[in-house]
Amino acid sequence: MNITVDVNELNTEFNVKLKGEIDAYTAPKLRESLFPISEQENVSITIDLTEVSYMDSTGLGVFVGAFKSVRAHNGEFTLVGLSERLRRLFDITGLADIIDIKSGTEGGLE
Amino acid sequence: MDIRENMEKKYHEALSTYLKDQNEQALYQGQKISRLHIKYNISPEEIISMHKNNLMELYPELPGKVLDSFDFLLEVMMGYGIAYREHQSLRHQQQELKTEIEIAANVQHTLLETEIPDIKALEIGAISVPARQMNGDYYHFVQDENERIGVGIADVIGKGIPAALCMSMIKYAMDSLPEHRHEPKSVLESLNRVVEHNVDPSMFITMFYGLYDPHDRQFSYASAGHEPGFYYDAATGAFSDLDAKGLLLGVDKKTRYRQYEKTVNRGDMIILLSDGVTECRTNDGFIERETLIGLIKKNMHLQAQEMVNNIYKQLEKMQNFQLRDDFTLIILKSNV
Repeated sequence: MNITVDVNELNTEFNVKLKGEIDAYTAPKLRESLFPISEQENVSITIDLTEVSYMDSTGLGVFVGAFKSVRAHNGEFTLVGLSERLRRLFDITGLADIIDIKSGTEGGLE
Repeated sequence: MDIRENMEKKYHEALSTYLKDQNEQALYQGQKISRLHIKYNISPEEIISMHKNNLMELYPELPGKVLDSFDFLLEVMMGYGIAYREHQSLRHQQQELKTEIEIAANVQHTLLETEIPDIKALEIGAISVPARQMNGDYYHFVQDENERIGVGIADVIGKGIPAALCMSMIKYAMDSLPEHRHEPKSVLESLNRVVEHNVDPSMFITMFYGLYDPHDRQFSYASAGHEPGFYYDAATGAFSDLDAKGLLLGVDKKTRYRQYEKTVNRGDMIILLSDGVTECRTNDGFIERETLIGLIKKNMHLQAQEMVNNIYKQLEKMQNFQLRDDFTLIILKSNV
C-alpha cells in the first residue's frame, strides 16, 4: 500500500493531489507533506482526493490536524473529489460542517 | 570440555568424514553444526579459523598459499560477523520491547476494565478486540443510584500504543464526572474540553454516549462523530440507523452536542459499534451495513453476550481472521 503526494505551488496557493491509500502506514508521509504547508500564514490549500482508493480514520486525523493548523494561521482549507464513502466519513464525524468540502465531480472513486 | 572445544571437535569429525567420502550424511552433519554455531554465537570468522586449523592438522603438506588464502577470507568475513552480532542484539532488543508492550497491554486492560451492569430490564452483551496488542477502542458502563445505566463507546483516531494511552485519559475523565452530569450531551461536552485541552492536536476521539432509564424506558443519547449504531424495533421488525449528529471530540472546545431520545419497548435492541466493525474488509470489498444487519438478525435469538461473540467470530472469518482496526460491538436488549 502506498501513497503519492503531488504538490503544485503558486504563490500562496497549494494544490495537493493524492493518489493511493491513506491508512496508518501511509499517514505519516501525508502528515510530513501537509504540515509544513499548513503552518505558513495565509495559505490556501486544496486537496484533491479523487484518486484515493481507501482511507481509514487515521487519514481523517491527518486532515483535521492540517485543517486546524491552517485555520490557526488564517488560511483556507478545501477538500475536493471525495467519493461517497469518504464523504460519509466526513459527514458522520461532523467535520463536513466545519471543513469546506466539495464532493467528486469526476465520477465515483470506488 | 567447554562448548567451544566441543564445537571444534564436532567440526573436526564432520569435516574429516566428509573429506574421506563425500556423502549426504556427512553434509547433513554440516547443517546441524551450522545451527549449533548460531545457537552458541560463533561468528563466521571463527568458523573460518576453525576450518583452517583443521586443514593444517589433516593435511600438513598443504601449500602455504592455500592456508594464507583463509586468512584473507577471514578478513572478508569480518563484516558479516559484525552484521550478525548487530542482528543478534536487535533481536534481543525486539524481544524486550515485545515483552514490555505485552505488560503495557495487560496494564491497559486492567485500567480500562468496566463491569457490565446486571439489571432485569436490560440484557447486555459487549465485546472489544484490538487489531494489534493495545486497544484504541473503549467502552464503559456505569449504573447510578437511580438504576440508570450509562453506556459509552469511544474510538481514538489512530491506532496502536499512542491511541491506547489516550484512551486511559478518557476513562479517568469519565470516572471523575459528577453523577448529575451523566446526561449524554453534558458527558460529551465535558470530555470534549478534556481532549481539546490535553491531547496531541492531531489526535481525535469519536464517542457515543447513551443513558437508559428503566423507570420510564427512555434512552437518551448523543454522539461526537461516532459511527452510527442501529436500533431494532421489535413491533415492526425493522432496523434503523441510530443517527445522531455531532463533531469529533478534541476539534473545537466550544462544541455543543444535541441530545436525542427514544422510548425502548420490550424486545427492542440498541446496537452500538466502532468503525472497526463497519470497516471490515473482505475479498469483495467493505462489508455493507446490510450485511451486518443480516448477521444481527441471524443471531437475534441468542443471549446478548452470545450474539456479540458470534457476530465477531463470523466477521473475523469473513475477513480471513485479520483485523485491520480495533473492533467493538455492544448490544442492549430490552426485556421490559
